[in-house]
Amino acid sequence: MEKLLVVNNVSKTYGAYKALNNASIEVEKGSIFGLLGPNGAGKTTLIRIINQITMPDTGSVILDGEPLQPHHIKYIGYLPEERGLYKSMKVGEQVLYLAQLKGLSKQEAKKKIKYWFDRLEIGDWWDKKIQELSKGMAQKIQFVVTVLHDPKLLIFDEPFSGFDPINANLIKDEILHLRDNGATVIFSTHRMESVEEMCDHIALIHKSNKILDGKLLDIKRQYRSNTFEIGLITPNHTAATAALKEKFEVLPATFKSINNELQYKVQIPESVATNDFISYLTTLGQVTHFVELVPSASDIFIETIQKN
Amino acid sequence: MNHLPLIISREYFTKVRNKSFIVMTFLSPLIFVGIFALVAYLSSLNNDTVRTISVLDESGYFSNDFKSTPQLKYNLLSGVALQEAKTIAENAEIYGLLHIPKTQSLEQLADQITFYSEDSPSLSLMNDINDLLESKVNTLKLKEAGIDSETIKNLHINISANQETFQGKETSKLGSGLKLIFGGAAGYLLFMFIIIYGNMIMRSVIEEKTSRVIEVIISSVKPRTLLLGKIFGTTLAGITQFVVWVVLILVLMTVVTSVFGIDPSAGSPSQQVIENSVSGGTQQILQDVILEINNLPITNLVIMFILFFVGGYLLYASLYASVGAAVDSETDTQQFMMPILMPLILAVYVGFFTVIDNPHGTVSQVFSYIPFTSPVVMLMRIPFGVPLWQQIISVVILFATFIAMVWFAAKIYRVGILMYGKKPTYKEIFKWLKY
Repeated sequence: MEKLLVVNNVSKTYGAYKALNNASIEVEKGSIFGLLGPNGAGKTTLIRIINQITMPDTGSVILDGEPLQPHHIKYIGYLPEERGLYKSMKVGEQVLYLAQLKGLSKQEAKKKIKYWFDRLEIGDWWDKKIQELSKGMAQKIQFVVTVLHDPKLLIFDEPFSGFDPINANLIKDEILHLRDNGATVIFSTHRMESVEEMCDHIALIHKSNKILDGKLLDIKRQYRSNTFEIGLITPNHTAATAALKEKFEVLPATFKSINNELQYKVQIPESVATNDFISYLTTLGQVTHFVELVPSASDIFIETIQKN
Repeated sequence: MNHLPLIISREYFTKVRNKSFIVMTFLSPLIFVGIFALVAYLSSLNNDTVRTISVLDESGYFSNDFKSTPQLKYNLLSGVALQEAKTIAENAEIYGLLHIPKTQSLEQLADQITFYSEDSPSLSLMNDINDLLESKVNTLKLKEAGIDSETIKNLHINISANQETFQGKETSKLGSGLKLIFGGAAGYLLFMFIIIYGNMIMRSVIEEKTSRVIEVIISSVKPRTLLLGKIFGTTLAGITQFVVWVVLILVLMTVVTSVFGIDPSAGSPSQQVIENSVSGGTQQILQDVILEINNLPITNLVIMFILFFVGGYLLYASLYASVGAAVDSETDTQQFMMPILMPLILAVYVGFFTVIDNPHGTVSQVFSYIPFTSPVVMLMRIPFGVPLWQQIISVVILFATFIAMVWFAAKIYRVGILMYGKKPTYKEIFKWLKY
């Protein structure tokens, strides 16, 4: 796959504080890239370097095959975590101004604003001032400002904060829609369920260092522990439990079920094939439940951070 | 991509369309003219009251010297005792009683003249009366010594040395005065302009931070472009307001003076007397003034005034912008205000004390190159004749410093965004420059 953005060994130091240490990421064209990490890990510093708000001390950033240059700002749409718009300016004028700053001509900008305002059904807000809008409404405007100039690269820092579930869904669908139309998305969030849902690729930054990087599915495969959740109906619970414990690592489990069955988490050695394990289970009783426990993004996040 | 015009026009139009800006633009001249009209009205009320003073002249020297004016009536008493005169004066509620006793000699007389009144009399009135008495007594004294006062007056010769430069240009005291007035007015105007509009620039620079729109803006434009746009946009708005003020004040003044029939040039009675006494000379003075103005290097002055005014204003504007760049909210700006105004105040002091004394001395020269003081000091020196190359060097230094200041402010601004909610110290700001 072609890479839209390549960050090579970027470091940034503020005084004595190292905000980013030799970070490298590669973002594929048309993918959604999750940039994860605890608070203060260096995500925002990296995002600011990509946006040319700050310059890296060492390392390079390559956008679409070219080293990052001032004119690249028009290819990037950035929704910062600190949201804000000019409070006393009218919505329409404000979006027009910000779009022109991104290099659109007045006519182009007006056409695109109309498209987006119609799409999000906010056309009648044109003459309102930002201070008259609710927080969620202002967020929608801010979203429009971010995507208006059809950027190749979209950077969203906590895009769903401040939205109610309906609007959060709406924005999520819009982001996926933009991706389908060819935009590449970098996505920084603490909401792991949206990472799970949306990201193709993730990178985890912790204490200024990148500690994990890869396709979400690959990482999950890497983190799988061959643990299965099972439910068994047996005449003799004690005997079945003893038999299981003899062969495998067994942990108690609870899941909702209509049966009154034995519930366990069982970790099997890699040498044992899944089918053989199921066959073995059937010798112990009737199998009512069989699920591989795949680590969630949240599990991976917590586990990796704790390990480091 | 050049965003500067876009930013300037946004800054300009949001300022100009702001409600409080519009209100202030139209209200300030009204208040100004209103206060003027009130003062003029009050002083005309004051002039209408007629003061009456009784004079009990027992010496008989002054019988013809007290001449009544519309505001001051002298009432000569005769044939009454002092005690009786006092009672009369008190009961009649007149302003005061002047008692001139009969004495052996003029020296004794001078010591014994007394003015009785209900309260302490007005200072200007007492001066008028004292002058009148003094000149009469002096004339009498001269007469006593056998000298005619008219002769002395005729023998008196006034000396005022002619002034001429080596190039043969005539100069005069009047010219020096005009030069000072010009320099002083220019300095004062700059001072006012900076104080009124400097804060506006600072607030405008903080605006992006308080509304948190800063990261969106800063990912689209360079901080330097943004700051320049803000400085120019706000300055244009300031000029617009200033022009409206001047026009409105002139129009309103004309209306007020014609409606209320106040003649703004009519001053206090004593001033009228002076004007009357030199009425023949007024024409002459006016001619001299015009002559002196023609003697000034007008083209040079006007061009340099514009350059120094604009340059000086922009430099101080960029200082205010740096303060705005360094802080998060207006409440944090206090500690930085003093250091901005100090050099400006210094410039005005140097201008009024050193340049007047010695326009081309070392101190004046040095301060006319330092960019923070040159707009005031150099402007005050130019009427006295400064070589063109010196003026050009000074202007170049001024504008170069302005550009450097904007660069400095942009640097602070870029780093300042990364430090939300922390009040910066001077030491930290210095450190930021190295990031």
